[in-house]
Amino acid sequence: MTGSRAETATAHTLSLRVDEWSGHLPGQHVDVRLTAPDGYQAVRSYSLAAPADDCVIEITVQRLPGGEVSAFLTDIAMIGDELEVRGPLGNWFVWDQDDPSPVLLVAGGSGVVPLMSMIRARDEADIQTPFHLIHSVRTPQDRIYGDELTRLAAQAGGPSVTWLYTRTAPPTETRPPGRLRQNDLDDGSSRTSGATPTCFICGPTGFVEEAANHLLAAGHHADRIRTERFGGR
Amino acid sequence: MVHVTRGFTGRHPATDDRLPPGQYLTDDFPVLSAGPTPAIRRDEWTFSVRDGDQALRSWTWDEFTALPAEDITVDIHCVTRWSRLDTTWRGVAIDDLLADVDTAAEYVLARSYGGYTTNLPLEDLLDGKAWIAYEHDGDDLPAEHGGPARLLVPHLYLWKSAKWIKSLDLVDDDDPGFWESLGYHDYGDPWREQRYQGD
Ligand SMILES: Cc1cc2nc3c(=O)[nH]c(=O)nc-3n(C[C@H](O)[C@H](O)[C@H](O)COP(=O)(O)OP(=O)(O)OC[C@H]3O[C@@H](n4cnc5c(N)ncnc54)[C@H](O)[C@@H]3O)c2cc1C
Repeated sequence: MTGSRAETATAHTLSLRVDEWSGHLPGQHVDVRLTAPDGYQAVRSYSLAAPADDCVIEITVQRLPGGEVSAFLTDIAMIGDELEVRGPLGNWFVWDQDDPSPVLLVAGGSGVVPLMSMIRARDEADIQTPFHLIHSVRTPQDRIYGDELTRLAAQAGGPSVTWLYTRTAPPTETRPPGRLRQNDLDDGSSRTSGATPTCFICGPTGFVEEAANHLLAAGHHADRIRTERFGGR
Repeated sequence: MVHVTRGFTGRHPATDDRLPPGQYLTDDFPVLSAGPTPAIRRDEWTFSVRDGDQALRSWTWDEFTALPAEDITVDIHCVTRWSRLDTTWRGVAIDDLLADVDTAAEYVLARSYGGYTTNLPLEDLLDGKAWIAYEHDGDDLPAEHGGPARLLVPHLYLWKSAKWIKSLDLVDDDDPGFWESLGYHDYGDPWREQRYQGD
């Protein structure tokens, strides 16, 4: 582990230097394995947060209260520690840079991590494919990558970004706080109108299920919707 | 080689000798699939056993649910590491569905509504090892768990138990299905932790 920085009060980005890394696709994840002195092991999946920088990869971990692995990674792991990492894994929930179709990204909480990897890959490669991110968060303080997304969205040709607040919204926000609703996604669909977007939805299982149903109801085709369920509810 | 992680003691969740390596027990029934949940109406549902392009047998919903069914209690194991013990199902044994099918095929490609596929050796579906299930926990199988009906092959990781099953295609060659062509193991034995290719 070569770096750890706080993204929010509960999410940390860890940089990991791996011995050999031949790159990965935006949207892929790694399996992280921890081993206790008595041999007990725990493995969890974490999405790669950005394109690799040589042999350094990044993951962003959201601490769950009492979470066995997430709380260790955010609170106890330190620079210099060794972790076992396997990957890159998952060849389905990936964005193909050569596909010119517009992209609609829908994230709940830490589900923004693999989607940010797509946004960063697009930015690095200087690609103009229309991207729209809808990120559902509890409060403004829970916006993972908030500053970077605001900066990218302000650039010419940058992605457009909408935050939806479930508990507390900033005073400028007209949408009352609440869970994802059908018309939250209608807006996202209209921004990529003209061509059928490829949709990527990621977050806790229940969120993904709801968002996918909303997109279907809004007329998106099932075969253009890819989902990654992080578990939990 | 095992590398001890500094500072990690672990929670040591309760285990059970029915739990394959690397799995944890849950009472939830997490939903995992590659896209949205297909909604298939029963009056549109058909299920067939096919040899190449040709349907050998085909059933409508009413015909299928009139077949002799079995109550099944099995442990299930998902490659994403959760396991559930003693889950209950009702469905038709593949042995019954293939009873008068005469084939030299050694493999099966299970095909689902929505386009999902998964490959299995035919012998893994026979001798009381696999079913087409349409009830779970005493209720109709909900769409998110594969309803109206799904394949149930409890001795392999659950991605082999194709949801929204549409047909079993008898094939000579073991061509990879959906997840298998995306890096998952061809066979998927939870007791040997065959998660990804190369395991
Ligand atoms: C492909 C994939 C990619 C993932 N990428 C990321 C990522 O980039 N960042 C990240 O923070 N997490 C990610 N996750 C989730 C991660 O793997 C762990 O599930 C999560 O960190 C919780 O592990 P834990 O050991 O801390 O909690 P546990 O001790 O396993 O669980 C604590 C409690 O929280 C519940 N729970 C578990 N996961 C979630 C969840 N995601 N949301 C709500 N409740 C939950 C459990 O059911 C349990 O009740 C990903 C999961 C998958 C499958």
